[in-house]
Amino acid sequence: MNKPKLSRRKFLLVSAVAGGGVLIGYAATRPSRHRVANDTLAEGGERFVTSWIRLQPDNRITVYVPHSEMGQGIHTALGQMAADELDADWELVDIEQAPATDLFANDAIVKGFGEELLPPFLTGVVNASALTVARIANLQTTGGSSSVRYTGENTIRVAGAAARQMLLQCAAERWGVPLAECSTELSHVHHSASGRSLAYGELAEAAARMEPPENPVLKEPSQFNLMGKAISRRDIPAKVDGSAPYGIDAHSEDMLYAALRLAPVFGAKLVSVDAGQALAQRGVRRVVELEDGYAVVADNYWRAKQALELVEATFESTENDKVSSAMLAERFDAALAGDNGSEDFESGDADAALEAAGDVLEASYRVPYLAHAAMEPMNSTMHIQGDRAELWTSTQDALAIKARAASTAGLREDDVTYHHSYLGGGFGRRLPFTWNVIDHAALIAREFDVPVKTILTREEDMRQDYYRPAVHSNFRAAFDGEGRVTAWRNRFTGPIQVPGAAHIPYAIPNQSIRVVDVETHVPIASWRSVDHSQQTFFIESFIDEIAHRAGVNPYQLRMDLLQEHPRHRNVLQVAAEAAGYGSGLPEGHALGLAVQESFGSIAAQVAEVSIGDDGRAIVHKVTCAMDCGWAVNPDGAEAQIESGIVFGLTAALHGAITIENGQVVQGNFPDYEMLRMATTPEIVVHLVESGNPPGGLGEPATPPVAAAVANAIYILTGQRIRELPIGDREFTLDRSLAGNV
Amino acid sequence: MANFRLNGESRELDIEPEMPLLWALRDELGMTGTKFGCGIGNCGACTVQVDGNAARSCITPVSAVEGRDVTTIEGLATALGGDELTPVQQAWIDHQVPQCGYCQSGMIMAASSLLARIPAPSDADIDATITNICRCGSYPRMRKAIHAAAAAMAVDATA
Repeated sequence: MNKPKLSRRKFLLVSAVAGGGVLIGYAATRPSRHRVANDTLAEGGERFVTSWIRLQPDNRITVYVPHSEMGQGIHTALGQMAADELDADWELVDIEQAPATDLFANDAIVKGFGEELLPPFLTGVVNASALTVARIANLQTTGGSSSVRYTGENTIRVAGAAARQMLLQCAAERWGVPLAECSTELSHVHHSASGRSLAYGELAEAAARMEPPENPVLKEPSQFNLMGKAISRRDIPAKVDGSAPYGIDAHSEDMLYAALRLAPVFGAKLVSVDAGQALAQRGVRRVVELEDGYAVVADNYWRAKQALELVEATFESTENDKVSSAMLAERFDAALAGDNGSEDFESGDADAALEAAGDVLEASYRVPYLAHAAMEPMNSTMHIQGDRAELWTSTQDALAIKARAASTAGLREDDVTYHHSYLGGGFGRRLPFTWNVIDHAALIAREFDVPVKTILTREEDMRQDYYRPAVHSNFRAAFDGEGRVTAWRNRFTGPIQVPGAAHIPYAIPNQSIRVVDVETHVPIASWRSVDHSQQTFFIESFIDEIAHRAGVNPYQLRMDLLQEHPRHRNVLQVAAEAAGYGSGLPEGHALGLAVQESFGSIAAQVAEVSIGDDGRAIVHKVTCAMDCGWAVNPDGAEAQIESGIVFGLTAALHGAITIENGQVVQGNFPDYEMLRMATTPEIVVHLVESGNPPGGLGEPATPPVAAAVANAIYILTGQRIRELPIGDREFTLDRSLAGNV
Repeated sequence: MANFRLNGESRELDIEPEMPLLWALRDELGMTGTKFGCGIGNCGACTVQVDGNAARSCITPVSAVEGRDVTTIEGLATALGGDELTPVQQAWIDHQVPQCGYCQSGMIMAASSLLARIPAPSDADIDATITNICRCGSYPRMRKAIHAAAAAMAVDATA
C-alpha cells in the first residue's frame, strides 16, 4: 500500500486556562494567533489534534485522550506516553476522555493511515448508504488498532515532550541558570548545582506565556520511565465495583425506555402497526412508528419489551424475502466462476505457470457472516429539549456519533452535548457508520420531552447488526517438477475493506490475486481485524495445503518462503519453540501453525489440538508470539492478545450468522455460541520486541487462530477444514500424518 | 407490591410480580451496576446474589425474591461486613482482569458465590460454575484471579 509520507505539518498550541493552568496541544495548521482562548482555537476550519495536556497549579496533570476506552486499555497507554515524555509523577496524572467537540478532533489517525488512503473500514464507504456519515467520521475514531501507533506516537508524545521542554526553559529563566544544568523528574524541575527545584504546577502560569518548541526531542527507549512498563490500568477499579458508567447506564427518574423492532428483512419498510393491545399495558406511553420499524416506549424497559411482542406489524415485501445463506453461497460461487474480478495483486504470470505446472492444487474456502455480539447491547439515550439535546451512548467515535444524532434529530451539532462512557465492547460494531440505531433512538426521543433510552434486545442486536462479510475464496497453486510451488492464484468475493489483507508474504514467483465484488442485502461492516479474519484463515490454510502436497513440513515451508520477511520468521520460530514444535507432545495431540501481519504487528500462533472421544476437536493451548515493535504497556498488550485469540477462536469454533427468508436466523447466545471458561484453552503469549515502531494490538491476535487450529486438525485427521465454523463436526483420527509435526 | 432487602436495606416497589429483578434494579431503583446482556439467563451479565447464591436476575421475577436478601455488585463489599474491596474484587484488580468490563459485575458476583460455597475450587469447579460470557475473553485471567482470591481468603481465615 502506497502511503503518503506522514506530514509533520503540525503546530504546538499553548493557552492559559482559568485558575493559572496551561493547556498544551497540537494543531494540524498554524492558527493566525498563537495564544488564543480555547474556544476561539476551533474557529476558521482549523482542526486540532487532541493530545492535550493540562498542567494545574496544584501540580496535577490531566491528559485528554481522544480515543474510546472499550477495554483495550488505551486511556492508560496514552496517559503513559504523555506522562513519560513529560517526566511526570504518574501519581499526579489524571486521564480524561477528550470532550466530543471539534477542538478535540483527532487529526493523527487520518494522517497515520494517509489522507488519500483511509481504509474503507474506517470510512464506511463500502456501504453507500453511509456516505454522509463517512464524511464526518474519523475525527475521534477508535479503530484499526491505531491509537498508540498514530495518536500516541505522533501527537501525545510530542505534546508531552514539548511541555517538558517549556517547563525546563521556564525554570532556567527563573533561576537565571543555563537550561543544560536543569533536569526533570517526577513532575519537578531540578537544578542540582544549587539544590533548587520547582514543581511543574509552580511553572504552569509562566509556561502559558511561552513560545512552544517546534520540534521537541522525543525520548530514546533507554530513557523511558513509564512507557514499556506494565502499569495498572486506570479504568479497572471502577469496573470491579459496578461504578464504571456505560452508555446503557444513563439514568434519570423521569426517563422513558424504548424497545425497538426493525424490519426483519434488511431494507424492508413498515406498512402498518396495530398497537392497541400494547398501548393498554401498564406503563406504556406510546408506540412510535418509524420508516423501517416501530418502538414501544414505556416507563420501564421490561414493560416496553413485553408490550413490543403485542404489536401486530406488517412490513412490505421485498425482493430479498426468500434469500437464504445457501442462495447467497450459490451467488458467490457463480460470481467467482463467471468473473475474473479486478486486480488486488499480480506478479509474474500465474496462469502461464499453472498451464505449465507438473501438479496443480485447487481448493475452495468459505466463511460465514458474523455478528459482533458486544456484551452491552446497542443502546442510546437522548434528551431533546427544543433546539438542544443531550446524548449518552457508547461509541467508537464520539464526535461522529454526536453529529449523526444531531443531523437525524434536526439539530445543530453544537447544540448536542455528548456524555462519555465506557463501551461494553466495540469490535467495530460501535463505529459511527454502522451504529444505525442512533438514528432510530434520535427519532424516538424527538417525540418526548424527557430522556428516552432506546435499547436493542439481544435478539434485535444480533439480527440488526452490520456483519463481518461472508467470503468465498478459490485457490489454485502450481508446482514444478521438483514439487516447488510456482504459482498462487486466488479469486475471492469482495468488497475489500482492508487493502492488502489477501496479499501473501510468501516468495511465490507468480501470483494472481483478484477480487469479485458481490452485492447482497446483508449489511456489512468491520469486525475485529476486518478482512484479516477471513483472509488469514484462507491463506494460512492453503499454504499449509501446499506444504503437505509438496511433502514439506509446514513450518519449514513457511520459513523457506519467508526469506524476505525476517520478522515473520522470527515470530514463527519463537512461537514454534515455545509451543514445543517438533518435540514430544502428549499422545494424540498435534500442533498447527499460522502467521500473519496486520495493523503493523506480526503474529505467529501455534494451536495444540486433539480429538476427543466424541470425535470433536479440543483446543488445549494456543501459543502466540507477537512482534508489535515495542509495547507501551506489556501487560495490557498481553491482555489484548489473549482477548484477540479468544475472539478468533470463538468465531472459528462456533461463529455463524445464517440467513433464511431474507432474515438472520440466530437471535441469542444459545444459537450464537461463545467460548466460555470451560472451553477456553491455555494461552501463552510471547511479546517479541523488534525495535520497530509500535504496531497495533487490539486486532492482530485475532486472524491466525482459525487456521492454526484447522491445520492441527488436518495433521490429526487428514481432513482439511475449508469452511468455518468448525462447530460440532465429528472427526476420525488418522495417524498417517503424525510424522509431519 | 414487591418487598426484598437490597444490599441490606429494605425495599418496597409497586411493580408487577413477574417483572425480572434486573429491571426492578436498573429502571426502578437506578442500580445500574447489574447489567443486561441477553435477557434469557444465558450470558450471566445480570448475575446477583439471592441469599448469597448466584442468580441471573434477568430471569428471576421479583416475586421469587420476596422477603429475601439481594446483593448486587454495589453492595458486595458491604455484604461481607466492610466497605473495602472484597478479596475477589482485589484479585480482579491484581490480575487486571476486566477489559471492557461490562460482564464483570456478573462475573464477580458468580465467582464470589462460588468461593462462598467452595473455598478452594479446582479448575473443574470453576469451569462448571462460571458459565458467564466474557466477549473480551478475560477467562484465563479470571481463573487466576479466582485461585488468588481463594488463597487470600484462606490466609484471612487462618489469621
